Order: sequence, then structure tokens, then C-alpha cells
Amino acid sequence: MKELALMKGNEAIAEAAIRAGVDGYFGYPITPQSEVMEYLTLQKPEERTGMVILQAESEIASINMLYGAAGTGKKVMTSSSSPGISLMQEGISYIAGAELPCLVVNVVRGGPGLGTIQPSQADYFQATKGGGHGDYHLIVLAPASVQEMADFVDLAFNLAFKYRNPAMILSDGLIGQMMEKVELPPQKERVTTFDQSWVTTGKTDDRERNIITSLNLDPDRQYEHNLKLQEKYKNMEQDVMFERIACDDADFLLVAYGSSARICQKVVEVARGRGKRIGLLRPQTLFPFPTREIAKLSRRVKAIMSVELSAGQMVEDVRLAVKGKVPVYHYGMMGGKIHSPDDVLHAVEEKFMGGF
Amino acid sequence: MDIKEIIKPENLVYKRTPLMTDATLSYCPGCGHGTIHRLIMEVVEEMGIQQEIIGIAPVGCAVLAYEFMDVDFTEAAHGRAPAVATGIKRLWPGKFVFTYQGDGDLAAIGTGETIHACNRGENITIFFVNNGIYGMTGGQMAPTTLEGMRSSTTPYGRNSTAMGPPYKITEMIAQLPGTYYVTRQSVHKPGPVRKAKKAIRIALEAQKENKGLSFIEFVSNCNSGWKMTPVDSNIWMEENMFPFYPMGDIKVEGKLVKN
Amino acid sequence: MAKVKGAIVVEVERCKGCQVCMVNCPTDTIGMEEEVNGKGYHYAYMKNPDYCTGCTNCAVVCPDGVITVYRVKQN
Ligand SMILES: Cc1ncc(C[n+]2csc(CCOP(=O)(O)OP(=O)(O)O)c2C)c(N)n1
Ligand code: SF4
Ligand code: SF4
Repeated sequence: MKELALMKGNEAIAEAAIRAGVDGYFGYPITPQSEVMEYLTLQKPEERTGMVILQAESEIASINMLYGAAGTGKKVMTSSSSPGISLMQEGISYIAGAELPCLVVNVVRGGPGLGTIQPSQADYFQATKGGGHGDYHLIVLAPASVQEMADFVDLAFNLAFKYRNPAMILSDGLIGQMMEKVELPPQKERVTTFDQSWVTTGKTDDRERNIITSLNLDPDRQYEHNLKLQEKYKNMEQDVMFERIACDDADFLLVAYGSSARICQKVVEVARGRGKRIGLLRPQTLFPFPTREIAKLSRRVKAIMSVELSAGQMVEDVRLAVKGKVPVYHYGMMGGKIHSPDDVLHAVEEKFMGGF
Repeated sequence: MDIKEIIKPENLVYKRTPLMTDATLSYCPGCGHGTIHRLIMEVVEEMGIQQEIIGIAPVGCAVLAYEFMDVDFTEAAHGRAPAVATGIKRLWPGKFVFTYQGDGDLAAIGTGETIHACNRGENITIFFVNNGIYGMTGGQMAPTTLEGMRSSTTPYGRNSTAMGPPYKITEMIAQLPGTYYVTRQSVHKPGPVRKAKKAIRIALEAQKENKGLSFIEFVSNCNSGWKMTPVDSNIWMEENMFPFYPMGDIKVEGKLVKN
Repeated sequence: MAKVKGAIVVEVERCKGCQVCMVNCPTDTIGMEEEVNGKGYHYAYMKNPDYCTGCTNCAVVCPDGVITVYRVKQN
């Protein structure tokens, strides 16, 4: 039987984490995602599944607790919002370098600096290009509904363990705070089914000691390690996920993810009602990015617009995919202001068809 | 009696523990890090807990500690070892977890993680090597650098008015209810080495019994940073470091024995 | 009276010539070799082998753990 609930996006992540059999959560409060830890502590997951919850003294501590905990080979996660995620970047770089699977949730708010607590998508670069120091990438999932907030938790862990790489759910304050109906996943057992050979359990006689480190002082070895990482990132392309909305006959294409994609879906509806053939490509994974799909679509549409709650970040990846075949525009509000479907429609009319 | 008669397996009284790997230590000649590593491994061997212990290496001269101690290890970012240890221990409360940190790592960049792990009473052991200086990066001032002491960033001596005085984080954390056993040791002479080893044993036994956090400071030398011979550095340490960082137990079985 | 006789073995190539063993030997057994090892260090050796009592002081303070100690009781 389906188990339905009406929940905030942040609560859905927390409930899904318990149900995914997550072993540990380490976090530090920050708006607009504090409900994640609040919900978790209220649910007494230590009784429900044995999950460990710990409020750290800072995001620096929580990401490093996560680093240690991920080395146990168990499913562990943290959540935060933009300023907190910035503070975590050193730790995330270490986790990526040491190839540890884990989940980091970023419920993005407007910046830079302390910025605002309103929703934003201005952390796209930080999430998809690395964010900390060194050549690395996270697996980045972009939910556009409360349902996807819940569904992507288990997905994120599967991908993280498949590649031994940290995964990020890149959400924003809109989806985090929004209440929607959600079908909850069934409770999974809190057991690890993934490869454990690399885990630090205490050295047994039948193996060499396991060392979790990102350090390779020898440049040749560090080079080899980097090559291996890059190959892994390339392999991730096979797990790219996106949704095509009214793309088949589209003359004009919108590309949008997360909350912006919800707005664009409305734009498509209205425009179609007026007889304008607009389609929407919604990346569900931002890394790997649906480069091929966008390249394919760029062969038949007349122009593309990337719609983001930022000054234009994903648009750069869209342009790289399109390689100049058709014009690629950006539209989007910044700093916590949210564009309405009308705003987008207006921008589309101006750019694409000189008014329709 | 001929030496050959003495050097026989049945007469063996001391040998490096096999829990130290065969790798040559990366430390400077005479540096206390090596002795401290060995003592920890001797205790791990004697307690028979190699299969249950996980170490956290710092950033500092001991960054490669995992090359030398034959136990599972995680290499932490600079100062973050207590948080990393917390993450491991919370998921594996039944295993032994220790951090190994320098004074820059533990008492400067990692102060927050240190204090909060101690305050939560994480059931881990912290080995803290205080050599009064940043060894690895070339002998810069550490939070523990003595008043007037020269370093590469205090070439005219540490001026407490401008730079703040050295501070005793060990005495500070002993005040926190989460700490169970807090002691200050050294490894520059045979007597202190034997005492230090006993302290390590007490700390790991306490962890076994889930008593809370144990914290051992080792006042140690950095002859490279101090620009002295190893032997002179040990004498200088006794004369200058020990008066400010006095040897001995500070907290035993959860009770302060010295303030 | 029972007399204790000891001997040490220094792993020459791992010795770093720091002299910490030498100054901590209560019986003045240890000296530093004129020659150097592969790493260029004057390594420790038993200068006065007869003096050694096998007390292990040198071995426990050796930062590199390169000293092995043997001991016998003689009547
Ligand atoms: C975030 C960060 N900042 C600075 C450094 C550079 N760094 C490496 S080791 C070190 C100081 C280590 O000193 P200490 O902890 O006292 O250990 P020691 O080397 O003396 O044993 C510093 C500043 C670093 N690796 N990471
Ligand atoms: S620099 Fe100092 S602390 Fe580092 S290995 Fe050398 S003597 Fe030891
Ligand atoms: S203490 Fe060890 S390394 Fe130093 S001189 Fe003696 S044997 Fe060599």
C-alpha cells in the first residue's frame, strides 16, 4: 500500500534518510534547512532504526565528522545551506580526494556572503565544478519536488557507493520549505550491501592496513590518482538523468532545474496554450550534466534559454553543449528574488520571437 | 663473556614492536614523534587491540603517521582530527579510536574541534605532541611557543603583548566534564618514556571501559625548529618547556588532581 | 653474586646518529662510530661492550626504535 504524507521538502529528505537506512547524520543549524535535523531528532531515529544523529559545533566539524564516519563504509550524510556549505568545502575536497561515499544536502539560499535566507540557485558553480581545492567533482542531484527530495536520498547513496564519491542534493529554499504530497519509500534495513574492502575497521591479519587519505606526496602517484578520478567522473555520464517536457516538437528550448524548472513548466503550459512550441529540458543530475541531450536538441531548436535563480551559471554548461549552433540566452533573478512564469514568458518573447 | 653468547633469541629483552612498520621514520634525528608512535603501538600490541583500533593522523610532521603504525588510519585535514574521530566512534562505539596531533593542529587551527570533542566526552583518546612550534612548515610560532622563544615567524622572540602568551590547552580541557584522564608526559629519557607508556595504557583502558575522553600531552622536542642538536634540545626542553608545561597527571578518573 | 651482562644490536642503516641513546646509557657503553652509514649518519655502536647491563634504556629512548637489547645473568 502506498504511504502518502504531506510534508515540507526538508522533512521529506529527513524521513527518506531514515527509510533509506542511513546510519549517521551530522549537521549544524542554518536557515532554510534546519527542519532536516529538527525532524530527525524529533523522530528518534536511534530508536526507529539505530541511526546516529549529532549536532556538531560548526559545519567544519560536521563535514569532518562525516569524513570520519564515511570511512566506516556506512551510509552517512549532512545537510546545510550556502554559507555552511562554503565552510565545508575543505572537508568535501578531502572526502572527494579520499574517495569516500556520502551525501551532502545543500538547500541553497541567496548570496554572496550572508546574503539572504530566500531561495537561490547561485551555488551551481560551487556544486558542479568542485567547490573546494583540486580537480574533483561531486555527483549532483537536483530535485524539483518534495517527492524528488525524498526519492533522491536513496539514489544519491546508490551513486555515491557505486563511484565511491560524495554526492550532493542541490535543492533550494523554495523546495525545502514547500509542502507537497509525497509518497514515502518503504523502510530499508540499516545494513551495508556495498563493497567494504577499503573500510577502516581495525586491521585484521588477513589484510594490509586500510588507509583513508587524500595525500600523495609523490607527484607521479598523485598524477595517477588524479587520472583515476577523472576517469571516474567520465564514467558517471552513464548515470545522467533528465526530464524532457514537450521537447519533441519544440522550436524553442528552456533548460532549467529545481525550483526554476517548476516555474518553467508553467511557462511551457501557457506558451503552448498560445500555440508557441516551447519545450523544457530539466536536468535531474547537474553532474553528470545532460550535455549530449542538449547537443541533440540544439540541432533542431532555434534558440535556447537557461532559466536559473542566479546571474547565469548553468548557462555556461548549456553553451558548452550547444557549441554555438544556436543562440543561448540566460534569464533569471538573483539574491533570493524569484521570477514568476510571466517574467520568464516575457523574457522568452523578447529573445525568441520578438513578441508572440 | 663473548657478545655472541649474549645475542641469542632466548636472551632478548627489548625489540621494536612488529606493530611499527619497516618504513624508515620521516622524522628528523632525535625527534620525539618516533618514540611516541612506538609507545602507542607497544600498548596496542600488549592489549591485543590491533584489529579494533583506528588512528587519525594530523597535518603536521606526523602527517604520514599511518606509514609507520601498522593499524587502520584516516588522515584528517589540519586540526580536524577530533571531529573525524567523533564521526568514526559514533558509528563504531565498540572500536578504539585515537587522534595523534601536533600543537598547531590541536591548539591553533583545531581548537574548536578539540574543545567540543572533549566537552562531549567522546570516548576517544587524543595524543597531543607539544613541541612548541610548527615543525613541518619550517619552525613558525605555535600557540605553545614560549614567551621570548625564537621561531621563524618570531625571529626576535615571541612577544606576548603583540602575539598573545602561550596557553595551556591541556589544563583548559581538563576543566571540562567530558574529559576522564588528562596528563602531561615526555619521552626524552628512559624514566619518562616508561611513565608515558603507562599513561597510554591507562588512556586506552579507559576507552575500553567507555569512561570518556582521555588526553595525553607529550612535551616533545623539535630540534630542527629549535635549531639545536637532539641532545641539546632535550636539555633545553627540560630547562625551559617543563617549568611552563609541568609534567604529571592533571585529571585522573574524572577528578582534577592539579589545577 | 649474580652479574648481569647485556649487549645491544643497532640497525645501522636505520640509525640517525642523534646520540639520544648515548647520553641516556648509564654505563657509558655506547659511542658514535667514526664511519657513517648509507644515509650519512655516524651511527651508534657498543664502544665499551663490557659495560652493558642490558638495561634497555637506550632502546626505549631511541626515537627510531633501532636498538635491540639482550641480557643474561651470570653466576
Ligand atoms: C588548512 C591548512 N592550513 C595550513 C596548513 C600548513 N601546515 C601544515 S603542517 C602545519 C603546522 C603543523 O604544526 P604542528 O601541528 O605543531 O605539528 P608539528 O609539525 O610540529 O609536529 C601547517 C600550518 C595546512 N596543511 N592546511
Ligand atoms: S621538524 Fe621537528 S617535529 Fe618535525 S620531525 Fe623534525 S624534529 Fe620532529
Ligand atoms: S638513539 Fe637510535 S637513532 Fe639515535 S643514535 Fe642511538 S641508535 Fe641511533
